[in-house]
Amino acid sequence: MSSIETTAGHKEPAHFDTKPIWRTFWILLGITMVELVLATIHLKTGFPNKYVLNGMYLILTCAKAFYIIAEFMHLRHEIKNMIMTIAVPALLFVWFIVAFLWDGNSYRELRNRYDQHHADEHLIKVAPEGGESAPAAKKPGSPE
Amino acid sequence: MAQAIPAGQKWWSGGKSPFNVEYGKLMMWYFLMSDAFTFGAFLISYGSIRFASNGWPDPNEVFRAFPGMGDTHLPLVFVSLMTFILIMSSVTMVLAVAAGHAGDQKKVTFYMILTIIGGLMFLSCQAWEWTHLHGEGAWWGRNPFPNADGSKASTNFSNFFFTITGFHGFHVFSGVIINCIMLIKNLRGDFAKRGHYLMIEKAGLYWHFVDLVWVFVFTCFYLL
Repeated sequence: MSSIETTAGHKEPAHFDTKPIWRTFWILLGITMVELVLATIHLKTGFPNKYVLNGMYLILTCAKAFYIIAEFMHLRHEIKNMIMTIAVPALLFVWFIVAFLWDGNSYRELRNRYDQHHADEHLIKVAPEGGESAPAAKKPGSPE
Repeated sequence: MAQAIPAGQKWWSGGKSPFNVEYGKLMMWYFLMSDAFTFGAFLISYGSIRFASNGWPDPNEVFRAFPGMGDTHLPLVFVSLMTFILIMSSVTMVLAVAAGHAGDQKKVTFYMILTIIGGLMFLSCQAWEWTHLHGEGAWWGRNPFPNADGSKASTNFSNFFFTITGFHGFHVFSGVIINCIMLIKNLRGDFAKRGHYLMIEKAGLYWHFVDLVWVFVFTCFYLL
């Protein structure tokens, strides 16, 4: 590797001080705590609405992913060419997620419309709704 | 805050690395890209099947146990502990990389040991969780948990759970092995002789990636 120059390995140690590392740690821990508090509030009171809650989870998850990639994996401090070679292909995930979730949803709707047996099967209850005090379904191999 | 570079720098005219990173590190990034798509495909197929289902088990009912707490209803507590362990071991890994930049062999050893311990703790937690769920009757091909609305659930839930957390756990396991190799090489003084600790950085990238994937697994299985 000696013939191709990079600036890696000859950096000043001061460039890599540990303060931003701990800052990132507290941010990640804080976001995780916020997620837990939201989940607990939702369990106790039913607020916020499940769809709003899921939206918030997704935003917080993306924020965590950003901090891990940018700070821990150090990508934010690389040169722009390097950042783009990782970030641009990752955009494929946008299509990937939208297309496949859409497809799954469409399959469910078509199946419920044209396969009556499948739609009816869902109406048979094996446990009370919510399931807090639900008797566990029979374990395989347990006595009758 | 990209690296400051001189204006008019010609990156592509030869003689220097156009991305200003060492070859092995660049290849580690590309490997992680492909691995991200593997995990992405797993998680997206999980999402696709979940969108295609009329009902799904409630994670707060399934993941509610904590070691030694018996039947107490403690949703999310254990998995939060696992998340904390993994974030913490990611921090010690960055500190090892930082120590490598400063050329401090002893500190690298210290932080690598902490990182390996964190990885082993995470794996133990996962082993406990799998054992617990297996005891409840869940495994590939069987699912004792009803849907959130009380109807009978398919086996998709446990199939995806064990496949994806298993694949992630295998990544953690191989990460621990890689970190052990790095620790041994560091103890032998290989990096000190070489004059740089780039290998620690590459192992670090892999380790942070494992943490990154866990962030998504955590959201997809335990929160949503």
